[in-house]
Formats: sequence, structure tokens, C-alpha cells
Amino acid sequence: MDTQKFIENIEQQFDDLTPNTLTLETRFREIDGWSSLQAMLIIAMVNVEYDVTLTGENIKKAQTLNDIYQLVNSPK
Amino acid sequence: MIYAAIKAISYYVPEQVLTNDTLNTLFPEWSVSKITEKLGIENRYIVADDICASDLGYFSTMKLFEEHSIQPKDIDFILLCTQSPDYFLPTTACILQNRLNIPISAGALDFNLGCSGYIYGLGLAKGLIETEQASNVLLITAETYSKFLHPKDKSVRTIFGDAAATTLVSTSKVKSIENFVYGTDGRGAGNLIVKAGGMRHPITVNDYKEQTDDEGNTRNETNLYMNGSEVFIFTLNSIPSLVRDILKKSSLELDEIDLFIFHQANQYMLETLRKKLKIPIDKFFIFMSDTGNTVSATIPIALAEAQKQRRVTQGNKVMLVGFGVGYSWGGCIINF
Repeated sequence: MDTQKFIENIEQQFDDLTPNTLTLETRFREIDGWSSLQAMLIIAMVNVEYDVTLTGENIKKAQTLNDIYQLVNSPK
Repeated sequence: MIYAAIKAISYYVPEQVLTNDTLNTLFPEWSVSKITEKLGIENRYIVADDICASDLGYFSTMKLFEEHSIQPKDIDFILLCTQSPDYFLPTTACILQNRLNIPISAGALDFNLGCSGYIYGLGLAKGLIETEQASNVLLITAETYSKFLHPKDKSVRTIFGDAAATTLVSTSKVKSIENFVYGTDGRGAGNLIVKAGGMRHPITVNDYKEQTDDEGNTRNETNLYMNGSEVFIFTLNSIPSLVRDILKKSSLELDEIDLFIFHQANQYMLETLRKKLKIPIDKFFIFMSDTGNTVSATIPIALAEAQKQRRVTQGNKVMLVGFGVGYSWGGCIINF
């Protein structure tokens, strides 16, 4: 999976975010504009783009974008 | 062979409107515009305190009688779908039989479903007609969810509106409503629920104690609770396969469907499902900006609007898909 593309896809779920500011190490809850809406948008994006269904619990437990990346990358 | 077909649809929304501007004033701490942009909803209509589901159903049915020159005497069955009935008993459909001057020889029943209700109602109406138990079935979907909503719960007040729709399903010489696929998963019961008020949990004083969740939404046990992300995940998991199953059952390819009308849950959810299913945007009908999510009334409202806008014309194949509380889901093909 293309890491850069994954980060771009995550970036698109936020309004007014300066491009190329996120990395896999980013703690996503600390991003400006984070809310439960973003959690839903990320679940939807991952479902459409990667055909992986994350749960609300997955997002709750994850801290960094890498945690989400690993879930998306893990065998189905 | 006698077949069932949709002959006419009319709908009614109450007068009082809840706009995004009003929501913005009520919840100043929170960016309503950002949310409503995603939800695709501008207005929701809310009933006055003394208006119930039977009243909405009465108004939508009177509109149907007037707009389509239908006589009450010709109706021989009433199917009414609601989760906010006037009473525990009697049956709301029985009250409406009398109020609408429908003959006492008519059958009438209520059924309790939410956003999947219209599909199940069409399935029941088809069964009644094609087994020659009835000829002219009124399918009334009438919902007043606003009565369940806590004024300080923006997670649901931004979404739900009240409305009723009445559909006349009558006999036809040609096959029209077909290829139903249904589904149910009661594991999701707790994710869209009004906990107190039924026999399992009669209302006590404690049930009015307000609780505020992490998102700042306040509600009590007598209010509607919706776990939005769980419901969203449920639709992502179940609706694409439902659509594929309906296509398989009808031996059709996706591109042979002229128009898809899904339960109008919210625009973002629909857009995600559309992308996942790779349905072209011009074949995916959305109508909820002015009415919001009206539960079992969204599909007939959207279908009526699609017909008005000539998006559905004779010879078209339309797929209807409903999903929600239960969890319950279903879909079918309508040949116009």
C-alpha cells in the first residue's frame, strides 16, 4: 500500500489542513478540526478506498495514523 | 395472473420548519454548517405537540385522494408503518380507517419498522394483492421521531424530520414490483433505540435524568439514542451486498437499472455507498435537502419527487433500498 497516498486520503477528510503536514507518526486526535465526524469520514474513506471496515472501537484505540495504517494493511 | 403496482404517491410535511440557521443559533459552540454540508440537509419539518402520526397519515392520504382523484370507498386495505403510534393500542390504521371514511370491509394493520419500512410495506402490499386478498392497498408511512428527540441532542436533531407519505398499490396486468431481498440483524438493536417507555422498561422518574455524552449531546432514557458510527458501519457492511443480491435475483446488471433510490439517511452516507457500489451519479437520486431524514417516508417522498422531475418514466427500472433501525434492511425492483 502506498503510504503517501494513504496520508493524502486522510488529509482530505479534514477541512483547511495545510497539505503535507501529516505523517504516520501524527497523533490524529491532535489535528485541528478533529471530531467524531472525522472518525466517520475516515471509516468511510478506508471502506471505499481499501475495502477494509474499521470499527468505532478500532478508531478509539488507535493513537497515531500509523495505528490506522496498520489496521488497513493487516490481512483481511 | 394479477400483479401489484404503485399507482400514486402523495406526501405531507408539517408546517413548522427547523432550519440550519436555527440549529446554528441553538448550538453556537459547534459548527453546524460543517456538519450540514456533509449531511446534505437544509430544513426539517417538525410536528406541533398535538399532531401525531395518524394526523400526518391523514393529511398525506387526503392529498393522495385529491391529487389523484381516488375515492376512499375503493380502498380495501390499510398498511401503516410507524414507530411513533398515537397509542399502544388501538392500532393507528384502525383510527385512520374511520377518519378517512374507508369502508368497514377494509383490512387494516400497523407494522413497526423504521427506515426499511417502505420496502417491507411494498412486500406486504404485493402479497395481499397478488394472492387476491385486496385490490387497492394504502401504504402509509407516518413518522414523528421529533417527539423522541432531546432538544439538546444535535446528533439527531440535525438529521431527522417528521413526515408522512401515502402510496396506493393496486392491481395491474403487468409485473411491476419484484425481486425483494430482505435482511435482519438484531445484534444492532441497541444502536438505534428509545430505551424507556415500552413494557421492557416502563418510564420511571429516573429515566428523565439527563446525561451528556463525550460529544456534548444531552439526552435521557426516554429519548432516541443513535450510535451514528455503528449504524454507518452497518450500512457499509450490508447494503452493497444487498444491492448485488437484488441484481442477481433479477438477473440484471447494475447499468441496466435506470435509477437508484435509497433510504435518504444523509447525503454523506449515501455518497459513500454510491462510490462503493460504483453507481453513476446521474442514476442515484437524492432528495433530502428540504425534508431531512423522515425515516420510513424518505423513499416514497424521493420516488414521488423523481416522478415529478421526470427522472422516472414509463419503462424504467428503479431499485429501492431501505435500511436502518433493527437492524433491518430490504430492497426491490420496480418496473414503471
